[in-house]
Amino acid sequence: MTTTTSLYDQFTELYNKKETLNRNEWLHNLRREAFEAFTVQGFPTTRQEEWRFTNIAPFLKEAYTLEPAAASLHENKNAGSIPGLDAYEIVLKNGLLNVDVDIPGIRITPIRTGIQDPALQQYLGKHIAFRNNSFASLNTALFENGIIIEIAKNAVVDKPVHITHVYNAEEPFFSQPRILMIANRHSRAEIIESVFIKGRQSLFVNTVTECYIAENARLDQYHLQTAPGNAHFVNFTQVVQKGDSLYNNFTYTLPGAALVRNNLHLNLDGSNTESHLYGLYLTAGSQLVDNHTLVNHMKPHCLSNELYKGVLMDQSRAVFNGKIFVQQDAQKTNAFQQNNNMLLSDKAVVDSKPQLEIFADDVKCSHGSTVGSFNNEALFYLKARGIGEVAARNLLVNAFAFDVTNKIQIPAVREYVEKLIAHKMAEAYD
Amino acid sequence: MLSIKNLQAKVEDKLILKGIDLQVNAGEVHAIMGPNGSGKSSLASVLAGRESYEVTCGDVTFDGKNLLDLSPEDRAREGLFLAFQYPIEIPGVSNINFLRTALNEIRAYHNEPPIEAKEFLRLTREKQKLVEFDAKLTNRSLNEGFSGGEKKRNEIFQLAMLNPKLSILDETDSGLDIDALRIVSNGVNKLRSDKNAFIVITHYQRLLDYIVPDFVHVLYDGKIVKSGTKELALELEERGYDWIKEPVTSESV
Ligand SMILES: Nc1ncnc2c1ncn2[C@@H]1O[C@H](COP(=O)(O)OP(=O)(O)O)[C@@H](O)[C@H]1O
Ligand SMILES: [Mg+2]
Repeated sequence: MTTTTSLYDQFTELYNKKETLNRNEWLHNLRREAFEAFTVQGFPTTRQEEWRFTNIAPFLKEAYTLEPAAASLHENKNAGSIPGLDAYEIVLKNGLLNVDVDIPGIRITPIRTGIQDPALQQYLGKHIAFRNNSFASLNTALFENGIIIEIAKNAVVDKPVHITHVYNAEEPFFSQPRILMIANRHSRAEIIESVFIKGRQSLFVNTVTECYIAENARLDQYHLQTAPGNAHFVNFTQVVQKGDSLYNNFTYTLPGAALVRNNLHLNLDGSNTESHLYGLYLTAGSQLVDNHTLVNHMKPHCLSNELYKGVLMDQSRAVFNGKIFVQQDAQKTNAFQQNNNMLLSDKAVVDSKPQLEIFADDVKCSHGSTVGSFNNEALFYLKARGIGEVAARNLLVNAFAFDVTNKIQIPAVREYVEKLIAHKMAEAYD
Repeated sequence: MLSIKNLQAKVEDKLILKGIDLQVNAGEVHAIMGPNGSGKSSLASVLAGRESYEVTCGDVTFDGKNLLDLSPEDRAREGLFLAFQYPIEIPGVSNINFLRTALNEIRAYHNEPPIEAKEFLRLTREKQKLVEFDAKLTNRSLNEGFSGGEKKRNEIFQLAMLNPKLSILDETDSGLDIDALRIVSNGVNKLRSDKNAFIVITHYQRLLDYIVPDFVHVLYDGKIVKSGTKELALELEERGYDWIKEPVTSESV
């Protein structure tokens, strides 16, 4: 408790030091509002419904540095690369972008400089409910690094953009990157994010990503969450979709990071939008992976479709909480949600909770949640054809994950994810 | 090739196989007949290594090896094949990927390199033709949405691909119309050689018009109560199973 308090004190001190220097009024106001929200809430505890199954306290005990020594990360050509992927590559070191990137149709700006643009007021922090999200508040109050990605009106980006987040964990480090994506009207882009970590000390990354998708735009967002056990991630992603837009989110979490908490919130603030959320979590060791999603249908004629699948090994734990809100205005809503889990160990635990709140009357909604284990009949069938235990389990896990992995539209990413699954499964059975 | 001596097995503490003796040599086709519930599928399951069965007594040697000591996958790798009475559907596992994996696992067991893509394709085409298996089905998920007949034909297609020494066909004929029955039987007949052997489990004599057995055995209440040549099958067809169910007579001992 005392050490958690000290982290809290560290942040208070940092905030007071920094905000006296801030001369940008709207940003100052935003940060103050956010910090007050954080001060009121503190770090979440399991007494809060949203954090009931995820006890964050043990992960905050480390003596984290909030401002690391100047990033001394050497360029490692292959760090976080995805074999065979033809993409525009961007590397952020501890959240910092330090080379210029030139991508047709996209403007990428470090958030430090970009933030001076008053036009950002309409996006930054605008749609996040600070009162209920203490980590997102903390990030808003204190973020330093990160980028703004703005896709020009009518631009169809010809290749995916791959962002590798490289972190230096040579000393315990608490990082708070901020990402803002603005997809202007009729634009189209695919963004892939992955992580590479250097060093073995404890790393805590509290990221906030905001995506604003204007009318008729399409954004595909991939999160590949592979990291070693010293990593802890809290991600808050707030998406706003305007009319006739399309948003696809793919979140794949693999064994490694001790803690992953993803909050993915969608505001469907325009009619005729379409949103697909695909998630896969393959967990091992004593990992804890928690996915909280919220799809808020605010306008009529929107479709949202969510499929999250979990495969749990060892004594790992997973949480799935999927909320769908259908507001009074949102007639003719189609909202679907499914969460399926496969427990491959007696010691693994999953808590799955779908939550529907519907205030409109003419809607089609469904949700479902299942927890099962290996189908022994299927396992025997495969073995009876000469397929050994490891290969058979691999085939069955891939089959279970299939309707999530086969949605990946980029072949190299799909292959990469499938190989990671096979590799991690084999590791777990060694 | 296969030698079964006094095999007894139970499932959930219930004795199902009550002492089975059977000798199968290379080049032979044995038919096992018998009423429902007599233990035919159980015998097939025990031979294939299904874990829910516990062997309580007896020996099984397969090509000189103690079969009961081997895992299900090693039995298959040694050349035992079971065509299931009820093939399972496995959504998400493609037929073709499944077959390639199986083939390569068997090859690895025999210290052979993985099959070349071209050779695999050639083999697939050849065997598809042999059992008139629709090429479209090959790329689908394993048995998913297949008709009963398609599933059975897929079993024989797999058999043809894996080229086992001993094949056990568990009621492959049930659920097949007469055309499918003819195709499946033709396939099996073409695969017959003096190096392999078949155990054909069936309820009806019909199949044995197409796959002519060297020996026919009648299984009843976990025991082989009668053995003979193909004429025995005809007699069963005429007289039904009731006469063999009567209290064990000196004839059947
Ligand atoms: N898992 C099981 N649990 C209990 N009894 C079983 C199980 N499987 C098979 N049996 C019993 O074993 C006997 C033989 O069944 P089976 O081998 O399927 O016969 P057949 O194939 O000749 O119709 C039947 O009485 C059946 O009820
Ligand atoms: Mg049977």
